[in-house]
Amino acid sequence: MKTLDPTTIWIVIASLAIGSYALRFVFIGFVGGRAMPDWLLRHLRYTAAAIIPAMVAPLVVWPSATDGKPDIAHVSAACMALAVGYITKNVISGILAGAATLYGLLYLVG
Amino acid sequence: MAITTTKSYYWRGFRDGSPFIVMAVPFGMLFGVLATEAGLSVVQTMSFSATVFAGAAQFTALHLLNDNAPTIVAILSALAVNLRVAMYSASLTPYLGAAPLWQRVFAAYFTIDQSYACSMMQFEKDPKMRVSERIRYFFGVVSPLTPAWLVATYLGAVVGTRIPESWGLDFALPITFLAMIGPMLRTTAHVVAALVAIVVALLSTTVPFNLGLLIAGCAGMMAGARCEVILERRRAAT
Repeated sequence: MKTLDPTTIWIVIASLAIGSYALRFVFIGFVGGRAMPDWLLRHLRYTAAAIIPAMVAPLVVWPSATDGKPDIAHVSAACMALAVGYITKNVISGILAGAATLYGLLYLVG
Repeated sequence: MAITTTKSYYWRGFRDGSPFIVMAVPFGMLFGVLATEAGLSVVQTMSFSATVFAGAAQFTALHLLNDNAPTIVAILSALAVNLRVAMYSASLTPYLGAAPLWQRVFAAYFTIDQSYACSMMQFEKDPKMRVSERIRYFFGVVSPLTPAWLVATYLGAVVGTRIPESWGLDFALPITFLAMIGPMLRTTAHVVAALVAIVVALLSTTVPFNLGLLIAGCAGMMAGARCEVILERRRAAT
């Protein structure tokens, strides 16, 4: 492995710091309190419900702990967390149910 | 009866953000360990975590630098992984856009998966919140997480502490976010948005630079918006 030279590292850090901040600031900063068109608002109402499941789904089906092999303990734990969160509307209950399922099944199945 | 004050919104956010410590700590430690192994100094590692403040993008950049990828490729790939925060920024704007600029300057910096997900859930559940209360809540969520992330990075970088893989904490991220998705699925349109996004995400994992996530997110948003229009028309017709 080559040693990374400090200048390169600093360039990467600075570029990512500026770039990431720009991405975060672009709407909340520049649009601010101005009204946005209805069609855009209608789409934005579903951003959270779409992007968070999309982020998580591959991690559930191909978990890193099994080197990406689908596995019953992880899928069950995920379903449990989702179902309990949905039914109780309580995030902590969902997390605990998911964690209990994961540890329980990992213990039983090994 | 207890009156919900602006101050208590901060603490409500703090409470809602706290469970994410369980995922921020192992993630931060791992970044600290891998960054120093790749040859970054402690100062560089800490600057990285503090200024970029986006775990997934940081890991991507580090991985590519280790693989001798050109610097510009490492930068652009990490930014691509982080493109979703622009969507978060857009999605938060109807709720926080009316806040003073200096508050938005800080809110932008703290726009991460956790603060976004918690805030959207809270803002939708309680539409009567004032802008100042929403801002308090938002900063409440990141208050326990920011120090946890930085201290964990430091421990990883200096001590080389890692949480053993056998603890299964790598799965804390999916479980925590899944538990949050449940309460977000308030209408049929939300459920449709989530299902479409999941299917597209699973089909597009081979798309490079994590762009499958954006494709899936957009597909889900379009499906949700479309479903909302159809349901409204049907309701108007009856």
